[in-house]
Amino acid sequence: MSILIDRQTRLVVHGLTGREGSFHGGAMLDYGTNVVAGMTPGKGGQAALDGRVPVFDTVSDAVRETGANTSCIFVPAGGAPDSILEAVAAGIGTIFCITEGIPALDMVPVAAAVERAGARLIGPNCPGATSPGRAKVGIIPASIHREGSVGVVSRSGTLTYEAVQAMTDAGIGQSTCVGIGGDPIIGSTFLDVLRLFEADPETEAIVLIGEIGGAAEEEAAAWAAEHLADVPKVAFIAGRTAPEGKRMGHAGAIISGGSGTAASKVAALEAAGFRVAGSPTELPQLLRDAGYRG
Amino acid sequence: MKIQEADAKRLLLAEGLPVPAWEVARSPAEARAAASRLLHETGQVVIKAQVLVGGRGKAGGVKLASSDDEAEHVADAILGMQIKGITVRKVLVAAAADIVKEYYLAAVLDRGARRILLMGSAEGGVEIEQVAAEKPEAIVRIHADPLLGLQDWQAREMAFRLGLGRHLKAAVAIGKGLVRTMLVNDADLVEINPLAVVRGGGAPGAPGGEEQLVCLDAKITLDDSALFRHPTHEAMRDPDEEAPADAEARRHDISFIHLDGTIGCMVNGAGLAMTTMDLVKRAGGEPANFLDIGGGAKADRVAAAMRLILAEPRVEAILVNIFGGITRGDEVAMGLIEARRQQSRDVPMVVRIVGTNAEEAASLLEQAHFETATTLDEAARKAVAAAASQSAGGAA
Repeated sequence: MSILIDRQTRLVVHGLTGREGSFHGGAMLDYGTNVVAGMTPGKGGQAALDGRVPVFDTVSDAVRETGANTSCIFVPAGGAPDSILEAVAAGIGTIFCITEGIPALDMVPVAAAVERAGARLIGPNCPGATSPGRAKVGIIPASIHREGSVGVVSRSGTLTYEAVQAMTDAGIGQSTCVGIGGDPIIGSTFLDVLRLFEADPETEAIVLIGEIGGAAEEEAAAWAAEHLADVPKVAFIAGRTAPEGKRMGHAGAIISGGSGTAASKVAALEAAGFRVAGSPTELPQLLRDAGYRG
Repeated sequence: MKIQEADAKRLLLAEGLPVPAWEVARSPAEARAAASRLLHETGQVVIKAQVLVGGRGKAGGVKLASSDDEAEHVADAILGMQIKGITVRKVLVAAAADIVKEYYLAAVLDRGARRILLMGSAEGGVEIEQVAAEKPEAIVRIHADPLLGLQDWQAREMAFRLGLGRHLKAAVAIGKGLVRTMLVNDADLVEINPLAVVRGGGAPGAPGGEEQLVCLDAKITLDDSALFRHPTHEAMRDPDEEAPADAEARRHDISFIHLDGTIGCMVNGAGLAMTTMDLVKRAGGEPANFLDIGGGAKADRVAAAMRLILAEPRVEAILVNIFGGITRGDEVAMGLIEARRQQSRDVPMVVRIVGTNAEEAASLLEQAHFETATTLDEAARKAVAAAASQSAGGAA
């Protein structure tokens, strides 16, 4: 098994006919993901990706015609919140929003609407997810993965690739690798994803990759101490050298008023039984040290 | 984006909040003229340094004056003063208020709750972080509904809990006004500290003057991601306080933060860029910057990033760390080769490119005699060693 996406995933790509949408849509299809539909208003009736995927004007058309159950959004920042709400209204259960640069206040009512509808949002400003050997949704390079049983959850993109590559090189595979996004307001949090990993019988160990800003790592650590007590858990936190009051690239990566520091996150994770790496390259060894034998 | 107090006050005023009159002066003479227009209100003016850093009062950047002569003299002392490394180039002149009591009130984006939070305290005039640390029970927190917004009853509750029952109508209008200011302008933070009960329109010693609630200071931070739909906000960016490197980085869509070390870093991705800095530090060096060239960067952006890094004379070595996904390694390698051809001074460079088109990148870099590294840790160690040999060479 895996979480969020697998062979049952039927994906509709919002913005499939755009530059990013078609490039990554093609990569997802090549990986074996069931990309069943594209959605671009005004291009309904066309076929994208060399005629392999039908395009619809609305998400509800895509759902009705193809049974799509998962969305991946590549729509520009101005239209992405609307695109999330359209997916929710069409009854899509799992929505990945890759788009970067959405105004934070736009996400406040959107996150609430997703929650009230009982849907699940990953992102925005996230790389998506991969369940190796089953499906990949988003922009994570396929080549870094290996099938296995370690669940990876991260706020970052390339840093996640770095960590996953190190695991794969060491012969450690992943059940699912999820990037939750670097924005201040995101859908699913570390905690939400840890709950899914806890319920997944195939996930036998956890890798959490956090960074400065907010308190989501601390919140997840407190929960993991209780619910994932016997699961090998390792973590890495980026931004130990980041100065206070500066946004480190990600809109959400900022230490303000002394809160959101790497030190506070490392302390909370260690107290919860995580082994915290000093470099992403140490993660495989720490997994072994924590008793992971997969 | 942080904006100056005067701009923040203008945004509050536009939403109908009570802000006492002020003027901005760039010279002692302008301050004198402003004071002569404002002194009649309360007999005294306050002159405040306009800089985007906290702690102006402690640094001596906020002073009172009772005559236009004194205002000119005080402004002369404050203008040109350095506050946390920033030169004061303008002052705000306002009628001094006769303060009865100070409060704190702010609308902030609460990330964890994914809601707008109205936060208030009757302990006004001090940093809210200090109140939070020393007397957390003194802070009142009320979340606005994410779909319906802040309701009247919530603003009333805040007013009553702060002890502002006597000024209920004004307090409710201000509470709701802060949230409105936040929404209208796409702000992350709208903070009034102090929000104050003042006597008689602020007139000191005006006996029997009616008390009123006014915003005496204002701090607003705008969401950078929303600037695209507020074209007028760009004018509030203060060129006096933006380093030329920051403006240059913004033009090229590069995320850049200057630091104090000697090892320049060029990375793709924010998390990986922070990690690269951390590993430089772990290897015994100090990073000179945070720099994220972003996804899909091509040769021209790589060259621009190189210029930004080399503009800092302290830089003794450069560490390039690229994990190719959308970004193609060979594009970055070509950018580096071109940038080195153009650059004004030669600094040792350690390059690590993995992922998409890494092999093509490796052969390009080899032909051009770049020092390369396989792992991130190795790259950090080599860069630190290169910087150390540079400083040793410089000293010899």
